[in-house]
Amino acid sequence: MCIWFYIILSRVNFFFPWFGLDIGGTLVKLVYFEPKDITAEEEEEEVESLKSIRKYLTSHVAYGSTGIRDVHLELKDLTLCGRKGNLHFIRFPTHDMPAFIQMGRDKNFSSLHTVFCATGGGAYKFEQDFLTIGDLQLCKLDELDCLIKGILYIDSVGFNGRSQCYYFENPADSEKCQKLPFDLKNPYPLLLVNIGSGVSILAVYSKDNYKRVTGTSLGGGTFFGLCCLLTGCTTFEEALEMASRGDSTKVDKLVRDIYGGDYERFGLPGWAVASSFGNMMSKEKREAVTKEDLARATLITITNNIGSIARMCALNENINQVVFVGNFLRINTIAMRLLAYALDYWSKGQLKALFSEHEGYFGAVGALLELLKIP
Amino acid sequence: MAECGASGGGSSGDTLDKSITLPPDEIFRNLENAKRFAIDIGGSLTKLAYYSTVQHKVAKVRSFDHSGKDAEHDHEPPYEISVQEEITARLHFIKFENTYIGGCLDFIKDHLVNTETKVIQATGGGAYKFKDLIEEKLRLKVDKQDVMTCLIKGCNFVLKNIPQEAFIYQKDSDPEFRFQTNHPNIFPYLLVNIGSGVSIVKVETEDRFEWVGGSSIGGGTFWGLGALLTRTKKFDELLHLASKGQHTNVDMLVQDIYGGAHQTLGLSGNLIASSFGKSATTDKEFSKEDMAKSLLHMISNDIGQLACLHAKLHGLDRVYFGGFFIRGHPVTMRTITYSINFFSKGEVQALFLRHEGYLGAIGAFLKGAEQDNPNQYSWGENYAGSSGLMSTAPELGPTRRARSGTFDLLEMDRLERPLVNLPLLLDPSSYVPDTVDLTDDALARKYWLTCFEEALDGVVKRAVASQPDAADATERAEKFRQKYWDKLQTLRHQPFAYGTLTVRSLLDTREHCLNEFNFPDPYSKVKQRENGVALKCFPGVIRSLDALGWEERQLALVKGLLAGNVPSRPLWSRSPWERPWLVDSYSKWLQRLKGPPHKCALIFADNSGVDIILGVFPFVRELLFRGTEVILACNSGPALNDVTHSEALIVAERIAAMDPVVHSALREERLLLVQTGSSSPCLDLSRLDKGLAVLVRERGADLVVIEGMGRAVHTNYHAALCCESLKLAVVKNAWLAERLGGRLFSVIFKYEVPAE
Repeated sequence: MCIWFYIILSRVNFFFPWFGLDIGGTLVKLVYFEPKDITAEEEEEEVESLKSIRKYLTSHVAYGSTGIRDVHLELKDLTLCGRKGNLHFIRFPTHDMPAFIQMGRDKNFSSLHTVFCATGGGAYKFEQDFLTIGDLQLCKLDELDCLIKGILYIDSVGFNGRSQCYYFENPADSEKCQKLPFDLKNPYPLLLVNIGSGVSILAVYSKDNYKRVTGTSLGGGTFFGLCCLLTGCTTFEEALEMASRGDSTKVDKLVRDIYGGDYERFGLPGWAVASSFGNMMSKEKREAVTKEDLARATLITITNNIGSIARMCALNENINQVVFVGNFLRINTIAMRLLAYALDYWSKGQLKALFSEHEGYFGAVGALLELLKIP
Repeated sequence: MAECGASGGGSSGDTLDKSITLPPDEIFRNLENAKRFAIDIGGSLTKLAYYSTVQHKVAKVRSFDHSGKDAEHDHEPPYEISVQEEITARLHFIKFENTYIGGCLDFIKDHLVNTETKVIQATGGGAYKFKDLIEEKLRLKVDKQDVMTCLIKGCNFVLKNIPQEAFIYQKDSDPEFRFQTNHPNIFPYLLVNIGSGVSIVKVETEDRFEWVGGSSIGGGTFWGLGALLTRTKKFDELLHLASKGQHTNVDMLVQDIYGGAHQTLGLSGNLIASSFGKSATTDKEFSKEDMAKSLLHMISNDIGQLACLHAKLHGLDRVYFGGFFIRGHPVTMRTITYSINFFSKGEVQALFLRHEGYLGAIGAFLKGAEQDNPNQYSWGENYAGSSGLMSTAPELGPTRRARSGTFDLLEMDRLERPLVNLPLLLDPSSYVPDTVDLTDDALARKYWLTCFEEALDGVVKRAVASQPDAADATERAEKFRQKYWDKLQTLRHQPFAYGTLTVRSLLDTREHCLNEFNFPDPYSKVKQRENGVALKCFPGVIRSLDALGWEERQLALVKGLLAGNVPSRPLWSRSPWERPWLVDSYSKWLQRLKGPPHKCALIFADNSGVDIILGVFPFVRELLFRGTEVILACNSGPALNDVTHSEALIVAERIAAMDPVVHSALREERLLLVQTGSSSPCLDLSRLDKGLAVLVRERGADLVVIEGMGRAVHTNYHAALCCESLKLAVVKNAWLAERLGGRLFSVIFKYEVPAE
């Protein structure tokens, strides 16, 4: 793909700016490499528009009303293609894509002779807009290729000296629960569960050998969408904040609500959810729940379900390490701990749930690596 | 549909009063002899089960004692017929709304004569709630049984005893229900029960099953979350909303993310990428219908996906779905089927059960009946007493339907002897007895339903005439007429009500209805007379046959077999007998007869009179001559003018008295008379008397002869056997003859040899 583009690149030794773009159903993820080793000569030659972009992106943490730079994720002193610099992680809602394209036009991106490497469904959806409005050519890249490339790369460079990958010990115990680094030295085989708006599940056997096992439409979009309908919340952060204060057992019917305790015939513990939202069949109980309870139940329902499907896939594929990524997990410790616990409990300790600091940015990183032809 | 009862006009406002106006004696039948009760109380429906006995009349035949008499008188019948009372066992299952429970328990208490019953088996979530009410009203001790164990026991029972229990749902075909013949070995299978949550159980044997997984996203999620989102309280109303909605307004589809490019990428744009993904916005209102639809898709897809993952893990391809989420709701059967097809890529089949709602009650009943285990017997669905799928007791008539519209019945008769597969079936798992599926073939269905309607007058007349001494015969016959007429109307609207609709099921339903009103054998006198006449002709026919040369005799014997099938007995010289026949492999048969004799022939007889005596017996005699043993199988119970086993025994005895060949063969057990286990004018080779099957194996039967339209054309025309077979009939129905490409009285002579 994009043969002409590679030819240009190889001739001119990778024009700046270096971007990787992942346009998902809900969020756009943008990674930007800020070169820190610019020589005076280069600085002089650097065109105005390029400078302006660099300044704009690195001097702000928020862009417009919805764009956000995740400063805490910034990777410092990275060497990419022989250049030293920092990698920045920026996100904004997909519905602001037209404004982003407009900005590209206003800042005269097209004069930089650059091409955007983009992945995600939006790379297809917005391709024409990039071209006609922004006069920019998109190089469209496969979502899953980028995802895997990105994960492997980011794991290899670490997180500013810390480990990228981690797991939870004692996830069910709020006192003893600990987030601990995990060394992914033997990554294969690996079940990769990417929770964005929807969920994709991949079995990865090596860098180039992977398959999409299945997916589910019950993902982050479902959590947030249902929360909006049920609670009137307007942001993902708000939905999570409500969930953190709610009690899902008021909403869900537990095994003990039906059997008075454990259901021994089938070895089901009393605390397990028998029916998500099952208590809401009753009018009295519907009137007694709070929005926070509903947000919490929605979160628990979606998370448990993802855990359950992931566990079945791991069993069918005979894989025992499962890495959960995607923006659903951003600032979502409740979900991560629940995934960690559910996977461990139902597999009787056979499966390990792993997480990664840069949750949702791997596709964008993968796109950037494609741009730089980094294998 | 029972679960939808509330939306059908009934309301829960006037609960107990209403039940008093029911015609409960038509619902809780045979209570006077009832014993062993079980009850399954779900969220909205109660299912009651009990065992009872039914007393009904049967026609018995008995030989006259001829000792001391030198000769028969011309007008004396060949044997005597007496009507006796017989007691048979029946299982009753009744399903009604929980709101009726008080009134129903009162009615049962008032009519319960049997005092031995001390305990009632109870299962279902409501068993706790209603425990005190049951104990107080019935004065029976409630014995709680585990829900899933009951479900599985019930599931095994219906799969073993109701041949067309399971069906698949096909949304665009008419009708949408496609019944499956039960695999002879029902295990192993996966049962996915979608109640408020989902349980997935792997069933390996009658007693061994394992909970392999589940999900909390089930019917309760649809109901609870649906109620929150749409402010609609009732499950049925939510389903109704869902059936009208557009999920694409709420769900984020692949095409919403990819734009138009999904086509070039080979993606299906309509796939849901994120359920409720579009509702993550505050500046838009969503319709109740759209949200309900999106929720339905989300839950159905999720359950289907999990079921497929479990089926794959355990290597199973049969997955039965049950629970209140499914129970007869086309909307959910459709979405679950879609999901299973999508996630398994067609490798797993979503199966539904006609009596799914009764599984818990059946299982609880079986748990309580272990000392006289119903699993030792074979049972048959009584079409007269059962409501049928999605038809709520409509045979009570439209005027009474309004009152009793929420009651659904299932009755099962205990069969005298266990039924098994004919060991000679080539592939028991793919055997389908019936030639034409009338659920599938609308034209044929219309024709046959009309045909049976038009024949009803004659059947009523025949029934009345068969009991000249009974004062109430006319009244009972009219009741029979009404019941059968209503059944036919039900089947016009719901051809799938009792499984695949076939000529056989129409005939069987008629027999069940006749029995219901105490017309056990309307043809008994006709058969008696015809047998008498034919017996007198026997010696003459044998003489003339023996006078023929070998080759001529073989043709005459075959014609004799066929001739008995024609009621008007056309002359043998008439044109139908001119070969080639419509289906004619006679030459091949003749060639075969020139070869070595068969070891043992199994013959399924058809009619009384000329057919059995002048057609079958001369043919049997010839086989015996050749050194072939013969098993002659006749119906256990009466059906039309078909010869019954007990009649055949007398006929054989009378023939033996005239014919030394038959006489010695009977004595030396080279000719054996057995019963089929059936009382149908048709023949289901997958449900035959176990004794017959044992004998067939012991004797090494290598030839099966099936004669008559009911057994060789309506059924078994395409049946593949692993030995040689003869299927012969004269097509007595002009419409059918035309369908087969011939004329009225066309002859079918199908001699088949299995491929090497």
